[in-house]
This record gives sequence, structure tokens and C-alpha cells, in this order.
Amino acid sequence: MQSFDLEAQGLRALNSTLNAQSTETNQTVWEVTNPKGSHAIAVGLDAPIEVNVKGSTGYYCGGMNKQATIHVHGSAGPGTGENMMSGKIIIEGDASQYLGATAHGGLIVVKGNASSRCGISMKGVNIVVQGNIGHMSAFMGQSGNLVVCGDAGDALGDSCYEARFFVRGSVKSLGADCEKKEMRPEHIEFLKEIIAESGVDAKPEEFTRYGSARTLYNFDVDNAGAY
Amino acid sequence: MCGIVGLFLKDPTLEPMLGDMLTDMLVTMTDRGPDSAGIAIYGAETIGNAKLTVQSDTPDADFSKLDNDLRKLVKGKVEMSTKDTHAVLEMQADQLDIARAALSNLRPNVRVMSRGDTLEIYKEIGLPKDVASRFDVRTMSGTHGIGHTRMATESAVTTMGAHPFNTGPDQCLVHNGSLSNHNSLRRRLRRLGVHIETENDTEVGAAYLTWRMQEGATLGQAMESALEDLDGFFTFVVGTKDGFGVVRDPIACKPAVMAETDQYVAFGSEYRALVNLPGIETARVWEPEPATVYFWSHNEAPTSKEKAA
Repeated sequence: MQSFDLEAQGLRALNSTLNAQSTETNQTVWEVTNPKGSHAIAVGLDAPIEVNVKGSTGYYCGGMNKQATIHVHGSAGPGTGENMMSGKIIIEGDASQYLGATAHGGLIVVKGNASSRCGISMKGVNIVVQGNIGHMSAFMGQSGNLVVCGDAGDALGDSCYEARFFVRGSVKSLGADCEKKEMRPEHIEFLKEIIAESGVDAKPEEFTRYGSARTLYNFDVDNAGAY
Repeated sequence: MCGIVGLFLKDPTLEPMLGDMLTDMLVTMTDRGPDSAGIAIYGAETIGNAKLTVQSDTPDADFSKLDNDLRKLVKGKVEMSTKDTHAVLEMQADQLDIARAALSNLRPNVRVMSRGDTLEIYKEIGLPKDVASRFDVRTMSGTHGIGHTRMATESAVTTMGAHPFNTGPDQCLVHNGSLSNHNSLRRRLRRLGVHIETENDTEVGAAYLTWRMQEGATLGQAMESALEDLDGFFTFVVGTKDGFGVVRDPIACKPAVMAETDQYVAFGSEYRALVNLPGIETARVWEPEPATVYFWSHNEAPTSKEKAA
């Protein structure tokens, strides 16, 4: 295992070292100590490596990630996993606002709660939260899945496209054009798999599905006044 | 952007370190705003006395014999201690209004930063580390304090545009965000006779809270109604003689992190500001909810004046 003291060695050195790892690297497991809420830890990775961050992170940890698994042993700041393409981010604590914003792929798991705007404009990422999520989550979500084992805040899925939302607890309010949907066998099957992969504690049958009513993004002359 | 920090001590043994801890927290937030910085410290109280903290761009001229001149007017004791561009004038609490009124004639260029029994506010243009060292903030002890580093958006970079803003006796406010209805609200408050000095948006927010409390609202009620009447983005931290409060607008895009242990309650715009506090590894750390008023007080049974809501 490779160890990196962020306080002693600095952020630029960390990210350039991690960015230099290729698919063929033998150095597959990394540990980052003393993160102390620093911004932009392990951004832009593109190798199948595992990065264990031993503490809490600041803005944009794991942003633009491809292939790598980033494990935050603490809480994560705003914009974690922003624009992630593939790979995995696991957060042991809570996640701050706009987790996984615009992310195209991969999996983000939060063991605690996620704050407002979780999965905003998500484009294919899967996000699984053991606790609750805040208001305006999955705003303009286009594709991917947001799985919430706790409760969702105000305006879930406002102006969403084809992203799917599964909530086990209550939803404070649904956003514009977001509606409750039926749970079909394929959804139970999907939840079974993602719950197992994420290691969260929940049963697929306990969830309710929400998604787009498809009235806002398909132009209808009767809705002209709403634009 | 802007960076805010706040520290409310529960453990009196930490009080001598308050200035030092708060300065470290604020310096960590420097890259959120390099324009100006300020700090409010709630220090020791002498029963019956109150303090005016004043500022001048020409302190040598303005502070020379200022205590003597005030003494003659208030016909009582006036103790002055100067620190760079600021001076703290301590006198009998019931003579403070006379002194304040006289000040504008005695020294027209002197501006009042704060008034109160325990509150002192120091703020200037510059980086947090420079502002803190000019005023020797690290050596200050106290029960609680708040700090701000500013990235100006709504008005000019001046001393008077720096935070914290003194709202009422022993009350102050720092702000991260921008208010969008401050011009109309300023006109409304001025018509009601509220004194507002600058074109700064936060000063309007501070004046609004002051006005609501003069009308009989508690701080908590004033903060609740701020959620209705202020349009824009804000994370506010408010200091009072006995404690501090936090409120975020309903959109809550301006960041906020809090930590609580048996020894303190701490606020930071980012977790980075909190990382060197004692016992942070095991502290309860959370983000304050939007449109929710939080308040901590040293009084075990806060009076209705202090109680949040």
C-alpha cells in the first residue's frame, strides 16, 4: 500500500501522483492521511486504483473520476464526485450539497446523510444514500438512479428528465413534473443488486419510485403559459 | 464567497485561548475572501460599565486626549485603550449614549464599530492574518466570538463595509451571501427613522434585525422574520452578549458547517476552519438546515429577550 501525507506533501503532488497511475499500475491501493477538509482531493483519476482518504474532505473530492474507487473515511464537502464518469466513491460520514452533480456514471454511496441538491443534473450516475437527502435533489436529473434509504427534502426531482428516484422514507414535497410511479419487478431487481453492491441496510420492497411525468420537457401548447 | 467563523465556549478553561483559536479559524478561511476582515470578541464584563469601540483612519490625531475630552463631557470616568486604528472607550453604562452623541462633534472622523457591555469589534481592509495581528486578537480572551473575511460583491471595499456589523448593544452580525432587495429595504427602514450609513447590503440586514428588536421582537423572532423580508442569499451568524445564533436562507447555497463538543460550539463556512479545534475528531459535526434558526446561550434558562424562537 502507498501512503501519502497530504499535509506534508501537498495537494498538487498527490493529484499528479494519482493522475500518473495507469491501467497497468502495480500500486493499486493508496492511503491519504491528514486530509483536514482540503479541496479537490483525488480529482481527475483515470486508473483502477483504490484511494482511502483517512478523514473528512472539502470541495470536489473525486471530481471527474474514471475507474478509481475513492473511500472517504469521514464526511465530504460540497460537489463531491462532480462530473464523475465511472468508478466508485464511498463516503462513511455525511455528504454536503450537490453530491454527484452532472455525474455521468459510476456509483456513489453515502453511509450518512446527503445535503441539498444531491444528484443535481445527474446524467447516468447511481447514488445510494443510507440516510436522508436535502431539498432540490436530482433537480433536472437526466439519467441514472438516486436511491435514498431515509427521507427526501423539498422539491425532489424538480424538472427531471429520465432519471429514476427510489425513496424508502417520506418525501417532503415533489418538484415540478415529478410524480410517484409504480414499482415493477425490474425495479425490485435493480434495487436488490444496487443495495448489495452498496452495502446499505434496506429491503427493495420498502421503496417507492418517483420519476418524470414527462409533461415539462415534451412541449405541449397547453403548457405554453408555464414556460 | 466570504468566509465566516464562530466559536462559543462552554468550557471556561478555554476562554484565554478564544482570540487565538478564532484567529486560526479565520486565517484558514482567507482564500474565501481577501478584501477585508473583522472579528467580534465578547470579553470580560465590569458590572455597571460599557464599552464603545471606535475607529479612525488618522488615529494619532483623533485618539489624542480623546479620553480627557470625553471625561469632561460625561463628567465621569473614561478609560481608553488604543490598538492601531481602533480604540476601546470604557465608561459607566448610563453615560455611553451621551459620549456617543458627543463623539460626532468632538472627532467627526471617528466611526463607531461597536457598543455594548462586553462586545468589541475590530475590522479593517486586509487579510485576516494582518488584521488579527494589527489588533493583537490572538491575545484576547473571551466567552465567544465571530469572525469574517470578505469578498466584496455588493458594495465598495472599505472599513465600514467590513463585517461584523454592530446591530444593537452587544449584538453583531456577519454575512456570507448577497441581499438583492437591500435598496428597497434601506429606503423603507430610513423612512422609519433607522440610521443606515453605507450602501452595503449586510448593513441593511443588520439594521433590519435592530429595527425588529426595537419593535419588541426577540432576536429569534427577528431572525425568523428576516427569512420572510430579506430576499437573496445569506448565511448569517449573529452574536449576542450571552451567545450566538445561525440562520441560512431557504435555498442555502452558502456553505455552513457546525461542530459541537462538551467544550464548545463552532461554526465555519467550511470544515477546514474547524480541523484544529480540540476534540474535533469526535465532535458532532453537521450542516445547519435551511430556513432554521439555531441559537446557543451561556444562560441556562435564556430570557425571552435572548431566546431564539
